[in-house]
Amino acid sequence: MSGRRENLEPDGSDVAPGVVDAPEETVREKIGGYLLGLVLATLLTIASFYVAGTTLIWGPSIPIALAVLAIAQIGIHLAFFLHITTAPDNTNNILALAFGILIVVLVVAGSLWIMDHLNQNMVPMDQMMRMQR
Amino acid sequence: MSTSSEALPQRHRRDMDPHRLGRGYGAAGYGGRGQDYTTGRGEGGPASKRVIVGFGFWIFLLSDIVMFSAFFAAHAVLQTATAGGPSGRDLFDPSRVALETGFLLASSFTCGMSAVASSVRNQLWTQVSLLVTGVLGACFLALEAYEFTNMIRIGAGPQTSAFLSSFFAVVGLHGCHVTAGLLWLGTMMAQVFVKGFRPNIQRRLLCFNLFWHTLDIIWVALFTIVYLIGLGR
Repeated sequence: MSGRRENLEPDGSDVAPGVVDAPEETVREKIGGYLLGLVLATLLTIASFYVAGTTLIWGPSIPIALAVLAIAQIGIHLAFFLHITTAPDNTNNILALAFGILIVVLVVAGSLWIMDHLNQNMVPMDQMMRMQR
Repeated sequence: MSTSSEALPQRHRRDMDPHRLGRGYGAAGYGGRGQDYTTGRGEGGPASKRVIVGFGFWIFLLSDIVMFSAFFAAHAVLQTATAGGPSGRDLFDPSRVALETGFLLASSFTCGMSAVASSVRNQLWTQVSLLVTGVLGACFLALEAYEFTNMIRIGAGPQTSAFLSSFFAVVGLHGCHVTAGLLWLGTMMAQVFVKGFRPNIQRRLLCFNLFWHTLDIIWVALFTIVYLIGLGR
């Protein structure tokens, strides 16, 4: 058992992301966790592909619905596959993730915002052609 | 008293461990017995190497995600810039994308199974689930390679329009990551087979698991933004 024990953290210390050897969990429970994640992720994927091709909901709202489903599925992956939790031993992992999300939102939303304004302020192509003549 | 590092003079200790990490003071290279002298914060002592390695790799993966976000931002801006060429609606095949998604999701699950198997040091099931992970990843890559060659053959290569340049950049970058992941997976199978479940091999397996699950997370964003939203453009 000594080899098994060395992977376990002493009480009160941090846990690395993705670690699955929680001492109180049996193999069956660990596999059950992954299976639940797989089922939820599959359902959300099917929902995404269905929403993309449907006329059931208002057309312009489809990209928003897809974004919501994608964010939900990413949450499922983080919780069930990467084992990111809100427990105190995961504080460091959560803080790093939060900072990563902040940068991603700044880069994507900032780019879209700036480029949209540039597009609106651009001279239309046909006018540009006329000016060059 | 001779084995206790607490007994050594303060100056001596600073020389050995200038950054006060509490690591390596007693290591073999210093003539010690490979023990750490400090208890760190709290009662648990300094974080174990497994936690430090896992957290460091998590930081790397987040920086990788930040890099992907730049490619995603470029694609989101250029998605409609087809320059009179084909758009996503003409090029994308939803059933093939669904199949690719299925392969990658299933491989993420089997990768988790390999983590469970290696946590109980089961050589056979670790190897089997890693092999299935690799086969599913290879199926994904084959479908993607087929899509790329098909698009280039019908004249929708990366030089056709800004939309296609950014499409090949972001999907190709993900494909490169999957390829690197497959090579890593092969070496991990060999290392587990030859060296068994030593702590350093377990740490590498942990990092590989994190990498593979993160690739699936990026694919979720990719099939949503590039393919499903692209189909509506």
